[in-house]
Amino acid sequence: MNLHEYQARALLKDAGVPVPDGDVAETGQEVEAIAKRIGRGVVVKAQVHAGGRGKAGGVKLADTPAEAREAADKILGMQIKGLTVEKVLVAPAAEITSESYVGIIVDRETQRPVFMVSPEGGVDIEEVAAKTPDKIFKLAVDPRFGLMTHEAMGLAFKLYEDVKQVRQAAQVMQQLYNAFIGAGASLAEINPLITDDQGNVVALDAKISVDDNELQRKPEIEALRDESAEAPSEVEARNAGLTFIKLDGDVGCCVNGAGLAMATMDLVKYYGGDPANFLDIGGSSNPEKVVSALRIITSDPNVKCILFNIFGGITRCDDVANGIVTATKQIDIEVPIVIRLTGTNEKEALVILKEAGFSALTDMDEAVEKAVSLAKEAR
Amino acid sequence: MSIFIDKKTKLLVQGITGRDGSFHAKQMMEYGTKVVAGVTPGKGGQKFEGSVPVFDTVQDAVAETGANAAVIYVPAKFAADAIFEAADAMIELVVCISEGVPVLDMTRVMPYLAERGTTLIGPNCPGVISPGQSKVGIIPGNICKKGKIGLVSRSGTLTYEVIHQLSTNGFGQSSCVGIGGDPIIGTNFIDCLEAFEQDPDTDAIVMMGEIGGTDEQQAAQFVHENVTKPVIGFIAGQTAPPGRRMGHAGAIISGSSGTAAEKMEALAEAGISVMKRPADVVPLLKERLG
Repeated sequence: MNLHEYQARALLKDAGVPVPDGDVAETGQEVEAIAKRIGRGVVVKAQVHAGGRGKAGGVKLADTPAEAREAADKILGMQIKGLTVEKVLVAPAAEITSESYVGIIVDRETQRPVFMVSPEGGVDIEEVAAKTPDKIFKLAVDPRFGLMTHEAMGLAFKLYEDVKQVRQAAQVMQQLYNAFIGAGASLAEINPLITDDQGNVVALDAKISVDDNELQRKPEIEALRDESAEAPSEVEARNAGLTFIKLDGDVGCCVNGAGLAMATMDLVKYYGGDPANFLDIGGSSNPEKVVSALRIITSDPNVKCILFNIFGGITRCDDVANGIVTATKQIDIEVPIVIRLTGTNEKEALVILKEAGFSALTDMDEAVEKAVSLAKEAR
Repeated sequence: MSIFIDKKTKLLVQGITGRDGSFHAKQMMEYGTKVVAGVTPGKGGQKFEGSVPVFDTVQDAVAETGANAAVIYVPAKFAADAIFEAADAMIELVVCISEGVPVLDMTRVMPYLAERGTTLIGPNCPGVISPGQSKVGIIPGNICKKGKIGLVSRSGTLTYEVIHQLSTNGFGQSSCVGIGGDPIIGTNFIDCLEAFEQDPDTDAIVMMGEIGGTDEQQAAQFVHENVTKPVIGFIAGQTAPPGRRMGHAGAIISGSSGTAAEKMEALAEAGISVMKRPADVVPLLKERLG
């Protein structure tokens, strides 16, 4: 789960990181009031889960409260990479004398949290990594000890020469590490970490992504979720205990297991079709889940055919069959359904489906090929 | 022969009285796995299915029964501690089935295991089966057949799909290992490839990868340098959009890295026969085994 910038900077502030004053607002009027309170030039920044906000016109400077309101009126409601801007952050316009990058990710290779710092801040760090990898410095942290002071100092010396700034930056890194662990993050970054006209090290922009697996034990982080920033069908799927990702094709897929779900999408493409979604109904096969899944798939007007691909293990084929039969009674489904199931309780499932007037296949390729051709016919 | 587990494996089940633990403990016993103990704090002294003693701690269970492998079915938020507990009791092989273990927990688990020499498979995995000998985890025994193909995979049901294709076409398996779909896992492709290369009863290896990370690329490099047996590979997620977590926590294309295309290319360059779809496994094996 991604946090908004204003949420991330609040977490950093709680951890002790120096963050400029500022507040979040949803209307031009609120923005004007915040700008008045700040009492100097401000920056108004769109709060959406997308990079490149500046290039899209989602970040504007304003000298007066009236100008701030004008800027906010332009930004609020604007679309950035398909997302509508509903909130803006208002913060004092900073006097920047240098920009660095400081970030932590969970690294798969070292299996540890890894710090990445660079004196090239304020730009896309992936670009820096691609063009000038020698300007990025990395350090793997032993999570049992945290980021030790000498380690933080070592990194900070890569960014600054002035020892006062080095000490400040080292402290920021330790505080960032604490915020990263506290939030259960998979990524936390400050970009840019600036020095201001007073020579102080300050975090100007922050980004935190939280590991979804942490949310159950961190209700205070789960409470930061902004459902308006997600596709409604994905919110509905999550609430039903399903993993769903909407795509642009017309073959709706309903599969048990993530790997098989990906392989099913790939096979749809292999036979010349386009998958409408990724959907994993998970390991247990509560018929209710199947009903929710069908409701979500059929709410997509692009879907021309629905394909079930179930390999019964823990999932019982008869449960899925019952779910399909129940769902078709509850929901008016106008597109054809192709069902493939095999494995645990396959025979029982075939009987249930036959009685309800459905036929089912046991071979994956055969089912996918049929679904693709039905979707093509309906185009 | 087989890898990781065989007829002699003495298994302990952590979370044996839970919903998933009890169901799968029974399945494993029916398959022939030697389930020697169960652990559920507070249920020590009970007998599972009238025969398997249940203990309060892993330490007690190991002292009494000599268990040398553990399988974990506890809820995800308790999984890391269950792994620590098994490692402290000097269990050699720990298989963690639990899905949803926070990745930061795993960053603490891994150095701890390294110090104790514990082998971990998973988390978020279906476990291991050596057909005809033993199964540890949740892979359905009835779809497997004893034979000479080694299988290693990052997923669950996709693994079953391939096992099914193999078994119904006369290719039995020496061992099948589900290594799990999380970003940080105990046993990786290379560990399994190395074990299959050493196993005299494995003739060819099938590896099922997916998008995200660079494990498959490193595995390809390893195959190129160290594996003499034929290897067949698959990458799931050829149609996955970048930046989205495809069900598995580890299945995500970050920026332009971790795509199916780059992985398939790495496999092909290393001399691995690349499947375009699961059904290709049989013809490719026939081609490579002559």
